[in-house]
Parts: sequence; C-alpha cells; structure tokens
Amino acid sequence: MSSLSRDDVAKLASLARIEMTEEELVNLASQFGSILDAVARVQELNLEGVKATSHPQPIENIFREDVVQPSLTPEQALSGAPAQEDQRFRVPQILGEAE
Amino acid sequence: MALTYDDVISKYEPVLGLEVHVELNTESKMFCSCSTTFGAEPNTQTCPVCLALPGALPVVNATAIESTIKIGLALNCQIAPYSRFARKNYFYPDMPKNFQISQYDEPICFDGYVDVEIETEEGPKQFRIEIERVHMEEDTGKSLHVGGATGRIHGAEYSLLDYNRAGIPLVEIVTKIVPGTGKYAPEVAKAYVAELRDILRGLKVSDVKMEQGSLRCDANVSLRLIGSDVLGTRSETKNVNSLRSVERAIRGEMIRHAELLNDGKKVKQETRHFQEDTGLTRSGRSKEQAEDYRYFPEPDLVPVAPDASWIETLRAALPERPSLRRKRLKEEWSVPDKEMAAMINADVLDIVESTVLLGADPTKARTWWLGEISRIANEKETAIADLSITPADVAEIVALVAAGELTDKLARQVVEGVIAGEGKPSEVVAKRGIKVVNDDGALMAAIEKVCAEQAETADKVRNGHVPAAGALIGAVMKETKGQADAARVRELLLGHLGH
Amino acid sequence: MIKKTAAQMSASLTSGETTSVALTQSHLDRINEVDSKVKAFLHVDGENALAQAAKVDAERAAGKKLHPLAGVPLALKDVLAQEGVPTTAGSKILQGWKPPYDSTVVSKLKQAGIVILGKTNMDEFAMGSSTENSGYGPTFNPWDLTRTPGGSSGGSAAAVSAFEAPIAVGSDTGGSIRQPAALTGIVGVRPTYGAVSRYGLIAYSSSLDQAGPFGRTVLDTAMLHEVMAGHDPKDATSINAAVPNVVSAARSADVKGKKIGVIKQLQGSGYQAGVLARFNESLDLLASLGAEIVEVDCPSFEFALAAYYLIAPSECSSNLARFDAMRYGLRTGDDNGASAESVMNATREAGFGREVKRRIILGTYALSSGYYDAYYGSAQKIRTLIIEDYKKAFTQADVLVSPTSPITAFKIGEKSEDPIAMYLADVATIPVNLAGICGMSLPAGLADEDGLPVGFQIMAPAMQDQRLYEVGSALEAALVSKWGGHLIDQVPALGGAK
Ligand SMILES: [Mg+2]
Ligand SMILES: [Zn+2]
Repeated sequence: MSSLSRDDVAKLASLARIEMTEEELVNLASQFGSILDAVARVQELNLEGVKATSHPQPIENIFREDVVQPSLTPEQALSGAPAQEDQRFRVPQILGEAE
Repeated sequence: MALTYDDVISKYEPVLGLEVHVELNTESKMFCSCSTTFGAEPNTQTCPVCLALPGALPVVNATAIESTIKIGLALNCQIAPYSRFARKNYFYPDMPKNFQISQYDEPICFDGYVDVEIETEEGPKQFRIEIERVHMEEDTGKSLHVGGATGRIHGAEYSLLDYNRAGIPLVEIVTKIVPGTGKYAPEVAKAYVAELRDILRGLKVSDVKMEQGSLRCDANVSLRLIGSDVLGTRSETKNVNSLRSVERAIRGEMIRHAELLNDGKKVKQETRHFQEDTGLTRSGRSKEQAEDYRYFPEPDLVPVAPDASWIETLRAALPERPSLRRKRLKEEWSVPDKEMAAMINADVLDIVESTVLLGADPTKARTWWLGEISRIANEKETAIADLSITPADVAEIVALVAAGELTDKLARQVVEGVIAGEGKPSEVVAKRGIKVVNDDGALMAAIEKVCAEQAETADKVRNGHVPAAGALIGAVMKETKGQADAARVRELLLGHLGH
Repeated sequence: MIKKTAAQMSASLTSGETTSVALTQSHLDRINEVDSKVKAFLHVDGENALAQAAKVDAERAAGKKLHPLAGVPLALKDVLAQEGVPTTAGSKILQGWKPPYDSTVVSKLKQAGIVILGKTNMDEFAMGSSTENSGYGPTFNPWDLTRTPGGSSGGSAAAVSAFEAPIAVGSDTGGSIRQPAALTGIVGVRPTYGAVSRYGLIAYSSSLDQAGPFGRTVLDTAMLHEVMAGHDPKDATSINAAVPNVVSAARSADVKGKKIGVIKQLQGSGYQAGVLARFNESLDLLASLGAEIVEVDCPSFEFALAAYYLIAPSECSSNLARFDAMRYGLRTGDDNGASAESVMNATREAGFGREVKRRIILGTYALSSGYYDAYYGSAQKIRTLIIEDYKKAFTQADVLVSPTSPITAFKIGEKSEDPIAMYLADVATIPVNLAGICGMSLPAGLADEDGLPVGFQIMAPAMQDQRLYEVGSALEAALVSKWGGHLIDQVPALGGAK
C-alpha cells in the first residue's frame, strides 16, 4: 500500500508551483494511496533488460535548415500579456536569481 | 582574518571545475526560425515556439547540431552515435516553457580534453583539462528590473521581459574536476577559457564575445588540505564575463574559502555572483534543498544519431588547433617568445597571418600591426579589427617600403591616410604626393649643404669617427622632408666624406 | 439538411442544390436551438463561419476547383489554436486567450475551405473521460441529457451526434476521440501517432496526443481524416510519408479473407453485458462477410492503464508549466508587491481544475529524483512490452478489435468523485496510444439494458490507417442494412430537428 503524506503533497505542489489549500492537500493525500497503488502495477513485471520507449515512432535526426523566417510582430507577441510596458512583458518582482 | 594568496596555497590545494556556455552564431534560434541578431528591439524576434505559446513545438536547427559536433571534435571528444534532448524542469520567468530543453544523461559529445600552457616560475608548463561533456541547450530571455536599486533584482518593484534571446542555441562545455594546478589555478583557468575561445573562434561557430555574453563562464572552486584526497565543498561563481575576471574570481574564491576554513567555518554549497567592481563574489540564491529538475527525454523531439561519415567529414574539415598553429607560426616567422605573447595578447595573430600570406615579411607585418596600427587603435579607443585598414593594405605598404618607394616614416603617413579613409595605400601616396627622393643629384646637393653647415661633425667623420654620421644623416633627411631613403643617404654621405 | 452526411452535403453543394451559407446557417440555427441543452460549444463563431461559407460559395460560383469538403461546416475541439479565436483547452487559465497563430490542423481545414462553426467543450487540457472536468461546465449526451458524452472530446462528439455539425475534430491521448464516439453513437478515429501534425494542438501528453476526425459515417470520417493528415516540418515527430488513402478504403467496404484478431485481454469482466453482446454480434457479422476471426493474446495490456497514468501525468506536469501568468492567460494575486513566484502559485491554483492539479502532482512525483526509475522508467518499459504485444498480434491478424469502452454513457457526476473508476473508462483505448498506432470506434448498436450506444473498436498498425476504414466501412454497411438506417437516426430529437 503506497501513500503520500499531506507534507509530501505540499512539497510536490510547491515544486509544481500550485498554492493548494489545506483542504486540497489533505484530500489529495488521501486519494494518492489508491492512485499510487494503481500505477505501481508497472513494477509488478520483471522489466530487466527491457528497453524504455519514450517515443512511439522510431524516427531520428529530424532537423530544420538554419534559415530565418518572419517572427511575430511585437504586438502579436504581447497580445496575450496580462501586463506590458515598453514592448516588454511586465511581471511581478522576481525573487532569486536565474539558473 | 584576512589571508594572502600565499597563505592560502601554502595550506590548501584548489580543485577547479569550469562550465562554459557558448552562444552559437547560427542565423536562427535553436528550436525555431526567429533571428538571433544581437541588439534588436525587444520582443521583435519571437514566435509561438520561443514564447512557449500553447501548442507550439520545437524543431532542431541542423547547423547548431553540426557546430556542436565540430566543437566536440575540436575538444578531442567522443561523439555519441545516439543522443537525446531532455527537459530540465524549473520555473523562472525568463524561461517561457518553464523547462529548458537541454541534454541530460545522453550528451552529444563526451570525454575530451584541452591542453593549455602557462608561464610558471620554472618556465612554460602544460596542463591537461579534461572535458566531461559538451551538450546543446537553449538560452533564456532577458529581464530588466525596475524600481529599487538600479537594475538589481533585489528590491525591484517589477521586471520587464524581452524574449529575443530566448531560444538562442547554447553549447555547454563542462570540464571534469581539475586538480593539481596548485597556485596556478587562476592562471590555468584563464588559459583554458582563452584556449577555448580561440578554438571556438577558429571553428567560426560563435562570436565568442565575453562582453556581449556570447561566451560565459561559471567557475566551481573548492579547497582541500594539501595531501588530503577529500574534496572540499565547492562554490559556483556564475557569469564571469572576461578572461581577467576568471582569474580574479578564482583567486578571490580561494581566499574566501580558506578564510572560512581557517576560522573553522563551513563553505556553503551555493551559487555566487562575481562583481566586476570589487573583484569579489556575493552570495546568490541559496537553495534550501537541492533543486529537483525532473529531467526526462524531450518527447517533442526525436533522437540525434549522427552517422559516422558525417562526423568524419566534419573532423577532416577541422581547422588547425590554435596551440599548434601558434607553435607553427612562431617557428615559421622566427618570433621571440615575448613578441609572440604580445601578438596573442593584442589578438592580432590572424590579421598578421593574413598579411604574411599576402606576401609581407613576417617581422614587418607584425611590427606594423603591433606598433603603429595598435597605437592608432588605442588612440581612437577602438579595436584593430574595426579600423578600415586591411591585411592587403599593410602588405602593399610593406612592399612599397621594400621597393624603396616609401621610407618607414612616409609609410606611417600612408597608414594614417588609409585609416582616415583616404583609400588604398597607392591612392594615399598619389593624393598626398608622398614620394621618396631618389635622385642622387638632389641628395648630393642636400649632403653638401649639411656638411657645410656642420663642418665640425663632417670632419669627425672624415677622420674616421663614423658613428657621428648619424647626426648628419638626420639633418639630410630633414632637409629632404623625410622623403629620402635613409640607407641611400648614408651611402652617399659616407662616400662623400671619404669612406 | 443537417441530417445529411458530410458526403451528401458535399454532393448538394457541388450540384448547386444548396449553398454553404445556407448549410452553415442551418447548423447555426440548430446550435441556437439545442446547444443550451447539450452544451457542446464553448464558443460559436457564427460571423466568421458565414463569411468563410460565403467565400467558398463565391469561389464555387467562379468555377474554382474546390476540395470535396469545401463549404461543409465543422466543430473544432477547443484544444487547437485558431488565430484570433478564443482558445482555452477547456481551462480557466486560458480564458479569453486568442492565439496569434493557426495550428497546422486549422490551416489545413481553412485551406480545404471547411467552415469552422466554433470551438467545442472538453475536459480541461484533455484530461478526463466525461467532459465534466471542463472549466466551463459539462457537456450533455444527446442520447440522454443526464449522461456524459464521454471525453475528453465530448463537445465535438456531442455536436456531431446532436446534428450541430456533420463532422468534428477531436484529440485522442488515451481514447479521447474513440470513447466519446462510442458513447454518442458516432464514428471517431485516432490516426497513427505522427500522421496528423501536433503543431498548435495544446499539449497534454506529447508522446500520446493525436488529433483526429469525428463523423456520423465511416466515409465522412475518412474525408476529414484525409484533410487533417500529412507531414508537417513544424512538428519534429510528424511522419514524413504519404497519407494512406483512407477515403478509397472507406468506399471499398471489403473484409473478405481479412483476419480479424480479438484481443483476449480487452473483454470479459468489467465489460457491460450489453456492450459485449453488441460486440459479439458485430464479430458474427464480420465473419458472415467472409472475415476470419482469430483470438490474440496481449498479456502486457493488463498494465497499460498503470503505464498510461504515469506517462501522461509526467509529460503534462512539464507541458503545463508554461501556464504561469507571465506571458498570457490568467493572472491572479498580483497585488501589494507580490512576487512572480507567488503570483504563479496563486494563478495555477485558481486557474487549474481538480483533475489537472491531480495529474500535475502525480507527474511531478513520478519524475522526481528517487522515483523516476520506479515509476516513469518502468512505465516506459511497459510501453515497450505493449508495442511488442501488438507487433506479435499483427502477425496473426490484419486488424485487432475490442469494445471501445467497457461501459455505455454514465451519469453526470457518477464517477467524478472516484478518479480510479473514471480512469477505467479508457482501459480498452489506451494501448493504441501507448503504441502510437491507429484506432477507430464505430457504432455497434444500443445496449439492451440501457438503450445507449455501444462502440466497436478497430486497431491497425502504424501508418496502416486505411485498414480501419476498409473493415469499418464493411461492418457499417452490414449494420446499416440490418438496422435499416444509421444508428444515429435513433438519437432523440432534443425538441429541435425538423
Ligand atoms: Mg546548462
Ligand atoms: Zn521563435
């Protein structure tokens, strides 16, 4: 019987950037047992030596030529922006540095 | 307690690790067809793919793959017969998909090395830097932080994002840990980055402009007690943006670590940021827990499986390795060490070679580029490459001097004229009416005049004190407004005075 | 006019018996009449549809050579980007977003002159089997308005079965075209993975997603399939090969001498009696037409559901990371100097529904270090085994068959509190997706116990999509002659139809 605690779910939610309510955390934790039991069936078979398939079609080496095509106009690019300023996307203050 | 560098190296041995990110100079981005031109108006080089609009899909740029393989080959790497892209998942506003398409356990190139040479107290010494992997990924957008301290992320009220840079192809070159450099660690690191830059420039795959960010270095440093084989905790200093900074950052981190260790404190494993003004690093985001990037194979892309003949074609077309080329040129041109170093420092090796290939004498070519032309570039505060004088111009000038049609002094005027945009050397000569006086009659007249004016000196020469002739020659040159050939003047003068 | 098949509408347009504007208007009228009950559409684009129809009519009048489906109306699942038209994938997080570009499928529809009536409802980001997970409320099954039409393409299936559109586009990640087709008594095809471009299809699970056609007949479905399919350089996973000739296959209706493999694992316990009865009758019909029925064994299929519910959530946890309130879509919590991170957190909390969050969390877990090998890694290996099972089975049969869904349409709310029960709705359709092959569902009759439609599933190897149509059209013809008409003719009138 697999399970995840409320705190496990909270940690995953924070990794996934979802600010869940206490109720959601508790609910999800309670559902996770049966969900994990269902998916853990993948571990029932002996999979030693079996190759992993990450892609259903056996294709390789799909490239495009290094040729510039027209971009969107800045108006199009910014058309969905919740906020903008000086032709840039305006976003709330960023805490912490980039990678 | 403030330590000196000597204190540090008497007790500790540094261990380096270097990660270099190189922006490739492809026309279009890594996974979409937007232009990569530097400095465009914000958000004019974006599309559904590089903005991560819902539904958009990446397609790999063929030239980026080719460039990456070339880099791997130039760094003596193995090229993977099969490799895949992977998603590196983390949230950050300058990264539209909130995952970076990168490579994880299947990089396209791996297990290579670069040899670098530095000057030590015991003479030149070679170090081998082993390369762990060379992989492909994509750059992020740029954020502008508004409010609070200028441009700083801390205290900003909000940020403005420009995604023109998002998706520009990046190649990440990661070394294995580099032990055994001892006190030369900073110099070795600098030499490695410089060598890498030269190799990449030779391959023509990147602009390698550190100041524009097309080559960025992250330096990992840790210390261990001399004699110990236990690795210390490392710090990772990000975005060190000049060769000099590579050296300074590593030296600074070595001292900082040693001070902590000597005080019985621990070095924190963290990201630090190099500060150009102080030469110190400051702590970046400290991670409470190691970030879990949840790498998995990128399902929107298919594997890269370069066939052997493609790799061999690329290998055959590789340019000469910069270090070998330097060695060869040094021998061919018989350049002293110091002069060779000066040329490398001034970044004129390519241009001198082009000039020599156009027929100029190597010493003459070097002297022009490193001397007069460098001086003018300095004066104008511009790069030599940006002056409007070409190897062909210099080769022509050298030829004119050799033919006796210009004196060195006149040639300097011609160089000046070419740089001022007055045309090719021959045109400058014609326009300015520059001409060597090689009419012996005219020269003799000037010589007789000077000998009469400076009879005392002339007598000294007549009596066998030849070095005194210098002053007379100078005066003759002045009399002929520098247009005479000094050698011919000397010959005629000495003859005139009985030698 | 709305009761005709797309092929018949095409003929009427060609002969001049009707115009596209008239045809489009009658569908808009129908939508106006019944969609308040069915709720198939999230957005009806009447003005643009009529303009497009008028354009086609003008071109036809000018003697331009047109595609057979030119001027025929269509309903588009809201998962495909259409320039300037609200596109939400059924999620509140994309409410009001208008893409600045067309998906490749939409470009192809436009190029063929097909009239797009509007965007249809769906489970949010295609996660669900009932269309109850839409951020904009459920769609109702035209056969019984208290039941779900299946999902996630429930809006498109309901629109076609309620005569709001003759054909529709859906997408199928784990059965999202075939299962709603089964539950609404129509035909739905999930083409071979890579046959239809995914460019502009809002991703749920990249290695499983595939857009495909709905129609009321096998032929109509084939005609739309042909328009949608084809290589696209904008999709690196798109197959660079000729589209199988599905339209002529749909006209061939011939199964004589074909081997039809019944998958042992996709029947029996868990399958409703009425579903099995109709399935077996269809097998008998095929046998009577000269097909040879064999049984095939696919032992790994038992683990398909588990593998699917690891792979799809894993990929979606990454695919949906872009919905972060920075560049488009919903933004909440942006006040009093909130940080970008807290705005992301608040927006994703407010914008995503329960099932989406559940799958993102499950996927985040399955990919996290320490669990990757046990979950995601194992699931990818199961996938290999399923592919091998299919390979072997296809050496024994030309096509494989099973019931499409173990059950008929269930009541709204019946399974929404029990995710595992809901996941079981896709047990028979998921193996196709994991293997990247193609599958069709077509109506096999009504279950005795509830009078609701039953779907018959046909599966064929990758890029052998024409086999679905050969067998499907033969079975359809036999069933239609047995019933004296199409099954869909028995759908309740909804108080609208003339
Ligand atoms: Mg990297
Ligand atoms: Zn782009």
